[in-house]
Amino acid sequence: MIPGYCSALVKEMDYYKSRAGRGYEIASIYLGGGTPSLLEPGYISMIMDECRKAFSISSDAEITIEANPGTLSLEKLKKYKECGINRLSIGLQAWQDRHLSSLGRIHTSGDFEENLLAAREAGFINISVDLIFGFPGQSLEDWEETLERVTNHGVEHLSCYSLKIEEGTALYDDVKKGRVKAVDDELDRDMYHLAVKKLRDKGFIHYEISNFSKPGFESRHNMNYWLAGEYIGLGAGTHSYFQGKRYNNAEKPGDYMRRISREEVLFENVQVISEKDKISEYIMLGLRLTRGIDPEDFKRKFKAGLPELYGNSIDMLVEKGLLCFSEGRLKLTEQGLDLANLVFVEFI
Amino acid sequence: MEGKIDNNKIIKNKAAIENKAAAGDKAATEDKAMTRAKAIRNFCIIAHIDHGKSTLADRLIEMTGLLTEREMQDQVLDSMDIERERGITIKARAVRMVYKDDRGDEYIFNLIDTPGHVDFNYEVSRSLAACEGALLVIDAVQGIEAQTLANAYLALEHNLEIVPVINKIDLPNAQPGHVKKEIEDIIGLDAGDAPMISAKNRINVEEVLECIVNKIPHPEGNVDMPLRALIFDSYYDNYKGVIAFVRIKEGKLMRGDHIKMMNTGKEFLVTEVGYMLPNTLVQCEGLFAGEVGYIAASIKNVRDARVGDTITLAGNPAAKPLPGYKKVNSMVFFGIYPADGARFADLKDALEKLQLNDAALTFEQETSAALGTGFRCGFLGLLHMEIIQERLEREYDLDLVTTAPSVVYRITRKDGSTIYIDNPTNMPPVTEIEKMEEPIVNASIMTPQEYVGNIMELSQERRGVLKSMEYPDESRVIMHYEMPLNEIIYDFFDALKSRSRGYASLDYELAGYKESELVKLDIALNGEIVDALSFIVHKDKVYPRARRIAEKLKESIPRHQFEIAIQACVGGKIIARETVKAYRKDVLAKCYGGDITRKKKLLEKQKEGKKRMRKVGSVQIPQEAFMSVLKLDT
Repeated sequence: MIPGYCSALVKEMDYYKSRAGRGYEIASIYLGGGTPSLLEPGYISMIMDECRKAFSISSDAEITIEANPGTLSLEKLKKYKECGINRLSIGLQAWQDRHLSSLGRIHTSGDFEENLLAAREAGFINISVDLIFGFPGQSLEDWEETLERVTNHGVEHLSCYSLKIEEGTALYDDVKKGRVKAVDDELDRDMYHLAVKKLRDKGFIHYEISNFSKPGFESRHNMNYWLAGEYIGLGAGTHSYFQGKRYNNAEKPGDYMRRISREEVLFENVQVISEKDKISEYIMLGLRLTRGIDPEDFKRKFKAGLPELYGNSIDMLVEKGLLCFSEGRLKLTEQGLDLANLVFVEFI
Repeated sequence: MEGKIDNNKIIKNKAAIENKAAAGDKAATEDKAMTRAKAIRNFCIIAHIDHGKSTLADRLIEMTGLLTEREMQDQVLDSMDIERERGITIKARAVRMVYKDDRGDEYIFNLIDTPGHVDFNYEVSRSLAACEGALLVIDAVQGIEAQTLANAYLALEHNLEIVPVINKIDLPNAQPGHVKKEIEDIIGLDAGDAPMISAKNRINVEEVLECIVNKIPHPEGNVDMPLRALIFDSYYDNYKGVIAFVRIKEGKLMRGDHIKMMNTGKEFLVTEVGYMLPNTLVQCEGLFAGEVGYIAASIKNVRDARVGDTITLAGNPAAKPLPGYKKVNSMVFFGIYPADGARFADLKDALEKLQLNDAALTFEQETSAALGTGFRCGFLGLLHMEIIQERLEREYDLDLVTTAPSVVYRITRKDGSTIYIDNPTNMPPVTEIEKMEEPIVNASIMTPQEYVGNIMELSQERRGVLKSMEYPDESRVIMHYEMPLNEIIYDFFDALKSRSRGYASLDYELAGYKESELVKLDIALNGEIVDALSFIVHKDKVYPRARRIAEKLKESIPRHQFEIAIQACVGGKIIARETVKAYRKDVLAKCYGGDITRKKKLLEKQKEGKKRMRKVGSVQIPQEAFMSVLKLDT
């Protein structure tokens, strides 16, 4: 399965290679979705080699691999480094092992500590950690401990996600049937505000709703999404925004590989992004960044001013205390960060 | 009864008939009417849902011809009409079939369909009154179920000959023997020679045809007596006006006759007489005692051809109308408003169109502070309301907001004047009221013995007073209650079904007004009364009701940026309170490349939802909140 899948990836690169055109430069690569660190590192370097053959990759490109604690070793990490990977994103989620097991994770915080040491030894200087807050059973103290421990290990970047209980999951059913008590919004927000404050105190910049970094370590790959830039997704279930169209690949690896090998139509849900879509996406994504949107930049891009298009909504949202202008930019207020959807719906 | 019929069959029949045409006798139709009645079988099919009612109907239609030979000579087959009607869904409540048995004798079968809910009990009773027999279809695996029993009871009440039919006998776990015993034990019918069939796989269906001939009596009725025809259904046709489905009980009804509706007194000239095939109406010269067919008489409104009315001849009227006529009155009133105020005119137009076809639907313009301009609409019951609401939403693409239901209360003021109100908002201040009266119904609940306890409990909760009990046989009980109508209109029928595992049946009729201690319950959001949520309730029940509604509203009103106080009050005194806490969080934590499309859709949905909310003061109330006060038992 794995060699077949990798050769499908290579074939898909060919597809883009012939369409990307001259001057198409890749600024960042993200190897993620699932746990690519489970793969033999040989496959990773093969994929990276093929990437370099297919595309022009910027010399200072940010190249991240996603990994779960316990799946890394010094040897593996060295190989990653060799093939040009320069950033690690580790899915720790929580510090307390009892919470990790209730979240269905097989790793422990001990695994994380070991992997982190190995990563430093292999020479990684840009390491990000994913954390979750607001899951059933987690107390404010647990969350504080998690933040404290992780920051004490000196990582460069943190993503702190408020748990959303999605319909169709086992947890959703458990909560619905009263077997598990969901964290209420009040505690969830207390946890969020705690993270914002604590991480700021520790020298992190809160640069996006859920993301924090040491200065200069913002995720360039993710910044591209929030600045409404285009991207190519390779592999099963990935999404692309390429030459004005958004679409996704077949969800199941088997379907994906079959379509590639039979040269069938690969993409699903192809959507041409209109000027109107571009504008609303630019705002909806741009406001996720704490630095907000520059009205001048907006005007240059869309040949129309923000006040002309959304004057009334902006006034109303400013009035409600969800948006503000500061340093000449339109931003979410502190309350706006909690209620961002109320803001975004006005621009959809 | 959605019989599929291809026109080839009609044509084939026609060809066969033309071949024999020369041999046909041309004797005067009237002379033949008596012998003809002996060859008629009028029946319905009753069954629990999914036991195979429509499959059997399809099969019967398929296995019989659609026109008799001699009819083909007499009748005027207006192909223009067929063309016109084809593709139009006629509310085909009756279908005529022709069956030729082994001996070569020809029979006319009229299969009459029946709706199945207490809101339409009256319509069902009129349909049954048009029949002499009923096929009782029972699933060989499931056995007797709730509706089977309730419908069988109804059919027994109308003295119909019930022919049990055991269906789905080819299923691996079929237990026909057991089902037969059930029929004998529970309903008390002889099921010894009940046909054992599979309608789906065409097994033994011919036995059913034979049973219809041999077991169901032919209609009686003298063709020489003055005309009495029962209207058992009607609908409005854009070209012909009202089409009334009739069963001729006595006399005859010919095209060109001058007729009179015996209960409404209205007179009309019959422009068309005929009978029904699955997808079309077929004209003929006349209908005779015992027959089922339709008439058109340039009737502009279904109110002038009411179900249950008796048609007679204006020039030679019958002495008395047929028994059982009731003018169906709206019993339950709702405010119905367009979710988008700009669509008021569309709602008005849609209601006018639906009313053409629905004698029980009434509406009148009204204004609500919370909801704007809309209509106070009257219905037979909650289900009737739901059907109309669904049609408005689906067929007319309207988004609606409805208020809590109300019955018509009678209020005597201190000055002696009397008013009737169907909208709680119009209730005068308590200080002006001398007395309040509410409509009372006589309710009959038929149930297997084992659920009597549950039903007594339920009825007591609903302020019912048990008047008497009857024991028609060992297994079933009829309980007669006097009960306030406003206790029935919410969800009594559903509660009754759930507490009797679906076996109990309900029928009720208005029995007048009775003085009652009623109060108006108002709901205030952040201090502002929402008129559309007010309703009238008995004082003994006001506290639990108030608490329940406050809880329901708490669930359905979304959080706002500020806290919302929900208060239920009577005469300004707060008796229940809930709080919707201020919004703390509405944010999507993750939004990366793969999320953008999906998250945008979520936001679009959220925006749509917001559009459908009504603003009262600064509070946005979703449509569901208005609906949530309707169903309080769940």
